[in-house]
Amino acid sequence: MKVLVPVKRVIDYNVKVRVKSDGSGVDLANVKMSMNPFDEIAVEEAIRLKEAGKADEVIVVSIGVKQAQETLRTALAMGADRAILVIAADDVHQDIEPLAVAKILKAVVEAEGPGLVIAGKQAIDNDMNATGQMLSALLGWSQGTFASELDVDGDTAVITREVDGGLQTIKIKMPAIVTADLRLNEPRYASLPNIMKAKKKPLDEKTAADFGVDVTPRLEIVKTTEPAARSAGIKVGSVDELVAKLKEVGAV
Amino acid sequence: MDFALTEEQTAIFDMARAFGEERIAPNARAWEAAGIIPKELWPEIGALGFGGIYVSEDSGGAGLNRLDATLIFEALSMSCPSVAAFLSIHNMCAKMLDAFGSDDIKARFLTPAISMDTVLSYCLTEPGAGSDAAALKTRATRSNEGYALTGTKAFISGGGYSDAYVVMCRTGDDGPKGISTVVVEDGTEGLSFGGLEDKMGWRSQPTRQVQFDDCKIPASNLVGDEGEGFKYAMKGLDGGRLNISACSLGAAQAALNTTLQYMGERKAFGKSIDQFQALQFRLADMEIELQAARIFLRQAAWKLDQGTPDATQFCAMAKTFVTEVGSRIVNQCLQLHGGYGYLADYGIEKLVRDLRVHEILEGTNEIMRMIVSRQLLSDRT
Ligand SMILES: Cc1cc2nc3c(=O)[nH]c(=O)nc-3n(C[C@H](O)[C@H](O)[C@H](O)COP(=O)(O)OP(=O)(O)OC[C@H]3O[C@@H](n4cnc5c(N)ncnc54)[C@H](O)[C@@H]3O)c2cc1C
Ligand SMILES: Cc1cc2nc3c(=O)[nH]c(=O)nc-3n(C[C@H](O)[C@H](O)[C@H](O)COP(=O)(O)OP(=O)(O)OC[C@H]3O[C@@H](n4cnc5c(N)ncnc54)[C@H](O)[C@@H]3O)c2cc1C
Repeated sequence: MKVLVPVKRVIDYNVKVRVKSDGSGVDLANVKMSMNPFDEIAVEEAIRLKEAGKADEVIVVSIGVKQAQETLRTALAMGADRAILVIAADDVHQDIEPLAVAKILKAVVEAEGPGLVIAGKQAIDNDMNATGQMLSALLGWSQGTFASELDVDGDTAVITREVDGGLQTIKIKMPAIVTADLRLNEPRYASLPNIMKAKKKPLDEKTAADFGVDVTPRLEIVKTTEPAARSAGIKVGSVDELVAKLKEVGAV
Repeated sequence: MDFALTEEQTAIFDMARAFGEERIAPNARAWEAAGIIPKELWPEIGALGFGGIYVSEDSGGAGLNRLDATLIFEALSMSCPSVAAFLSIHNMCAKMLDAFGSDDIKARFLTPAISMDTVLSYCLTEPGAGSDAAALKTRATRSNEGYALTGTKAFISGGGYSDAYVVMCRTGDDGPKGISTVVVEDGTEGLSFGGLEDKMGWRSQPTRQVQFDDCKIPASNLVGDEGEGFKYAMKGLDGGRLNISACSLGAAQAALNTTLQYMGERKAFGKSIDQFQALQFRLADMEIELQAARIFLRQAAWKLDQGTPDATQFCAMAKTFVTEVGSRIVNQCLQLHGGYGYLADYGIEKLVRDLRVHEILEGTNEIMRMIVSRQLLSDRT
């Protein structure tokens, strides 16, 4: 079985995010970019499936700007076998929306024939949490989202899902789309030899047009603002006063 | 000319830094208090390829160059200079075994050292021979079975902790040409250790005297040829100097990062202290020195990788400059923390203590200046 893992290049989680002066989005010029952390977990899970003998090949795919090939190299250094870069934008500020990504992924799935797609549950830049679900709908495959455990067994997979207030275990038919939650695994560090080997692994380059997918945004960003700075606190004299104040600001 | 790191070099730096932040930084103080780096850490580090960074791929190493190595030591030192520097010494030994050891030595000592199931110590200094290392007196007497060692090594990082010792000893006459290199395995009869040295910094790694009293080793433990040992030992040092410099650089960068944060939070005279121009200028000066140090270090590493004739001189210059800049910066960072900088909880005073020795070992900075001036004067037309 082949496993396909889509990975997204996003602003590094350690970087202090700044909004562009025109409010059109986050400033991504000259900031450190990394693999979306949930995608790293997805890559790790796919590699573990291969190490357990349940998968033969791990293919990673990234859709976006040319620089996303660095993200793919990271996945190859972790242990993925080969990579596909789908160039769909030339401006780092252009986000490819989930539906367009899902359509491209559908085409990649049809071309590559994986038995399983493991994606991150969401990207930490725009928190859409939609690509995996949309891909599942487009392909008509089962979906197991927010996975904290995955056990693939032939034609079925048992998935533990992190749902509000607890865990839910489901059994789904393969082929399937699984989206990774934070506790699915702890991704490994790529070793020095693997970082060097990654350079030699195959990386195919395609464009969105190759798949006939229109990536024009359908959503309009009206405004992006930074979170309000923390303002000074006040001292309250009693519990009643505290409750009153909280109600006043609509916090309870 | 291209000053950019390659994609792989960036990946290597990021990986080392992330590993350090997760596995080393949170424990650095506890390991310092315990006076020991837990041995379980090393195989984890070995799995990343850090046990033989510039050991050739044929011997099972990562086959990287010296510039790559400085990135790793800079990144790891951001978490703890003591741990990073220990790894540097181990790598120096591993490289010696790779470059000059027999296949038998590689199989017995290098392979487990690369996975870091074992760690190695470098034994050159003696109580009576520090800067003038070629005056060393530890004697290896040849017998039918091999060698019998007698003598004492001083200041050995990992003494009484490591699994094998790469020892420079005298097999011939006085002077550098009478020196050979041998490997002594822990547990060998006649090998013993002095008490734990109570040091200013590098406290998480044990330093002890290593003593040989008619310590018998097989002839096959000789590294390379008799009489070549001093040359081997010096060959390792150019790279060792780069690594130690990189350790100063990473720690200084970490201290500056912390200080920048602190100065935004700490208030005096009604403002955050980063609003005082006197202090802003100090920040700028630190940044300027740090960047200059980084460029100089990488240039020296590049020269060593290229094998340029002036590589040794550049390694000596970089070592002096970078370790002195590093110490100055961490000391300034302590100052900018006010009284809190003097407290262990803030993490800066440890760096001041740890970096101090970088000006002393792998050749003191005076010896580095000797190397530089000697060359200058001899090149004079
Ligand atoms: C924590 C620690 C760990 C160490 N780890 C190791 C190790 O693992 N393996 C190992 O072999 N060694 C190790 N060393 C030893 C270290 O390399 C020596 O301390 C160093 O080489 C200096 O030698 P010394 O201490 O004998 O000083 P000395 O040589 O006695 O020097 C004293 C002073 O005189 C100066 N000086 C000496 N000669 C000259 C000259 N010709 N011109 C101008 N100035 C001069 C020196 O620069 C220094 O300031 C370690 C030392 C320390 C402190
Ligand atoms: C071991 C120890 C023992 C001590 N013992 C005592 C004691 O017995 N009794 C006691 O009362 N106190 C004691 N102190 C406190 C000591 O006096 C203070 O730490 C010191 O006055 C600095 O204050 P601070 O730590 O709050 O630093 P801060 O005032 O926060 O200063 C931080 C940094 O900003 C700089 N800075 C601040 N304002 C300006 C400015 N306007 N322009 C330029 N630079 C500025 C400072 O020079 C410093 O570098 C002790 C401190 C230590 C570490």
